[in-house]
Amino acid sequence: MPILLLADHDNATLSDLTAKALTAASKIGGDVHVLVAGKGAKAAADAAAKLSGVSKVLLAEGDDLANNLAEPLAALIVSLAGTYDTIISAATSVGKNVLPRVAGLLDVAQISEIIEVVSADTFKRPIYAGNAIQTVQVAGAKRIITVRTSSFAPAASQGPLAAVEKISTAALSSSLSAFVKDELSTSDRPELTSAKIIISGGRALGSAEKFEEVILPVADKLGAAVGASRAAVDAGYAPNDWQVGQTGKVVAPELYIACGISGAIQHLAGMKDSKVIVAINKDEEAPIFQVADYGLVAGLFEALPELEKGLR
Amino acid sequence: MKILVPVKRVVDYNVKIRVKPDGSGVDLTNVKMSMNPFDEISVEEALRLKEAGKADEVVVVSIGPPKAEETLRTALAMGADRAILVETEDQVEPLAVAKILRGIADAEKPGLIIVGKQAIDDDSNQTGQMLAALLGWVQATFASKIEIGDGKATVTREVDGGLQTIDIKMPAVVTTDLRLNEPRYASLPNIMKAKKKPLDKKSPADFGIDTAARLKVLKTEEPRGREAGIKVKSVAELIDKLKNEAGVL
Ligand SMILES: Cc1cc2nc3c(=O)[nH]c(=O)nc-3n(C[C@H](O)[C@H](O)[C@H](O)COP(=O)(O)OP(=O)(O)OC[C@H]3O[C@@H](n4cnc5c(N)ncnc54)[C@H](O)[C@@H]3O)c2cc1C
Ligand SMILES: Cc1cc2nc3c(=O)[nH]c(=O)nc-3n(C[C@H](O)[C@H](O)[C@H](O)COP(=O)(O)OP(=O)(O)OC[C@H]3O[C@@H](n4cnc5c(N)ncnc54)[C@H](O)[C@@H]3O)c2cc1C
Repeated sequence: MPILLLADHDNATLSDLTAKALTAASKIGGDVHVLVAGKGAKAAADAAAKLSGVSKVLLAEGDDLANNLAEPLAALIVSLAGTYDTIISAATSVGKNVLPRVAGLLDVAQISEIIEVVSADTFKRPIYAGNAIQTVQVAGAKRIITVRTSSFAPAASQGPLAAVEKISTAALSSSLSAFVKDELSTSDRPELTSAKIIISGGRALGSAEKFEEVILPVADKLGAAVGASRAAVDAGYAPNDWQVGQTGKVVAPELYIACGISGAIQHLAGMKDSKVIVAINKDEEAPIFQVADYGLVAGLFEALPELEKGLR
Repeated sequence: MKILVPVKRVVDYNVKIRVKPDGSGVDLTNVKMSMNPFDEISVEEALRLKEAGKADEVVVVSIGPPKAEETLRTALAMGADRAILVETEDQVEPLAVAKILRGIADAEKPGLIIVGKQAIDDDSNQTGQMLAALLGWVQATFASKIEIGDGKATVTREVDGGLQTIDIKMPAVVTTDLRLNEPRYASLPNIMKAKKKPLDKKSPADFGIDTAARLKVLKTEEPRGREAGIKVKSVAELIDKLKNEAGVL
C-alpha cells in the first residue's frame, strides 16, 4: 500500500523539511503520496510534485484548512487513511500537533521522531533527550510516524512531475476551534532547521539588546541562522522559535557556534549531531566543551566582535 | 469548572541516565525520580485558574507504579485538591494512557484537561492529542498563554515560526509548553497537609483498558559519542581552524 506524507508548507512555499521526511518515507518503501492541505496552496502542491520519489500529490483546500488547525486536518487525514498503511510527517509543530490526534482516532500507536529506518516496520528513535536510542518494531497493519528531519537528507527536487489531484473537503467543517492570529518571526536569515551555520546565544548575553548587538552581526557575516538556549528565551533575550534543544528545535548544521551556553543535556539534545561544534565560554569547565571540536575560553563580549571583524 | 491534570513520574531532569550494557533498556535503579517538568507547569496553571475563580476543583491523576503516589503527593502539596492513582507495573504506551485518561474524564467530567506537551523520559509528545481525539474534544497544544472566557478559551501556542493564537470551545485538552508559567514550590506545611488529602486507587482494568504494548522495543543503545576536540587560544586561531582544518567557513 502507498504511504501518505503530510506536507509542511505556508501555502506559498513548501518547507524543505517535507523533502527530508520524504527521504525517510522512501526508505520505508512503496509509492509516496504527498498531502498538501491548506488554502490557495497550489504553489506548494506544485513544488511537492517535483520532489523525486513522489508519485502523486493530493491537494485539499478549504477555509478550515487554512491555518493547520488540528481538528479539520486530522479529520481529513482520517478520511484518506483507509488506502494507506503508513502515515508520516516531519516532526514540525504541525506534524506533532496533528498526527497523534490521527493516531488516537484510528486507534494506532504512533512512533515519534524517528532518526533511522531500519526496515519497513522497525525504526530508531531517541529517548531521554537523546541519551539513549531505542529500536522499535511496530505490530499491526498501520504505522503513524513523525520524522526528526535533522537525521535525513532532503530528496532531490527534479523528479519527473507527479500528478496533482484535487480532493474534496466538504465533510470537514469543525466548529470546535477558530484561528485568531499568527505572530511569526520574519527575518531574511536562513531557517534554523535548514541552515548550514547556526550561532546560538545563552543566558550570558544578559539582555535582548546585547543579544542583538553581539550575536546578530556575526550571524549576518556568516549567513547563519540564530539559535538560543532555553535560559535566553525564558529571559526574553530571544524569541521562542529560536530555542534549540530537547523541547525546542533539533538541528544538525555544518557548523554550530554556542556562545555563553553551558551545555545542559537538554540543550545538547538539540545540537550534538552538528558536524562541527564551536563553544565560546569563559568557564573552561563548562560541559559544552566536552562536545565541542573547537573551544575558546573567552568572554563573548570581547570574542564575538573580534570574530565579526576577523571574518572577511 | 473542574480541571483534570495528568502527572507522570519520570527520571529527574538533572540525571544523566545510563543505558544497560545488554541493550535491554535504561538503568533506573536508585535514580532520582520527579514529576515531569511539563506536568508541574500544568499543575501550576490549574492552580492559578482556581485562584482566579475560573475553576473550583483541581484533580490530579497518575498512571504508574505504587511509587507514583509520591508524584501525586507533590501535586497535592502544590495545592491540588484530590488525586487518583491508576496502579500498574506495565510500561504504558501513550495510546493506553490516553484511554485510561478518557475513562477518568468520563467519570469526572472536567471542563478542562491540562496535559504536559511531552514527558522528558520517552519524549513522545502524543498523550494530550490522543486524549482529545478519543474524547472528540478540541485540542490546543504547546500553550504559552491560556485565557478562560465564557464556555471558551483563547490559547497562544508556541509553533515553529513563532506564536499562533486560537479560540477553542470548552471542554478542551490543552498541552503546556515551558513558558506558560513558573511552577511554585510546595511549602513544608503544605507538604504535611498533602498527606491527608484524598487519594483514590484504581487499576487499568477498572476502565476496561488493556495496556498491552503495541510497539516492541528490540534494543536500547547508547547514542554515538562525541569526543571533546581542542582548545584554541585566540579568535584568529579559531577562524584559521574553521577555514583550513574543518573547511566550514
Ligand atoms: C523540561 C526541561 C526542558 C528543557 N529544554 C531545554 C531546551 O530545549 N533547550 C535548552 O537550551 N535548554 C532546555 N532546558 C534548560 C536547561 O536545563 C538549561 O537550564 C539551559 O540550557 C541553560 O541555558 P544557558 O546555557 O544559556 O545558561 P547557563 O547554564 O546559565 O549557562 C551560561 C553560560 O554562560 C557562560 N558565561 C557567562 N558569562 C559569560 C561571558 N561573558 N562570556 C562567555 N561565557 C559566559 C557561563 O560560564 C555559563 O557556562 C530545559 C530544562 C527542562 C527542565
Ligand atoms: C516503545 C515504548 C517503550 C517503552 N519503554 C519504556 C521503558 O523502558 N521504561 C519506562 O519507564 N517506560 C517505557 N515506556 C513507557 C513510557 O515511559 C511512557 O510511559 C509512555 O510511552 C508515555 O509516553 P510519554 O510519557 O513520552 O508521553 P507523552 O505523550 O510525551 O506525555 C505527555 C503527557 O502525558 C501525560 N502522561 C503520560 N504518561 C502518563 C502517566 N503514566 N500518568 C499520568 N500522566 C501521563 C503527562 O501529562 C505528560 O506530560 C515505553 C513506551 C513505549 C511506547
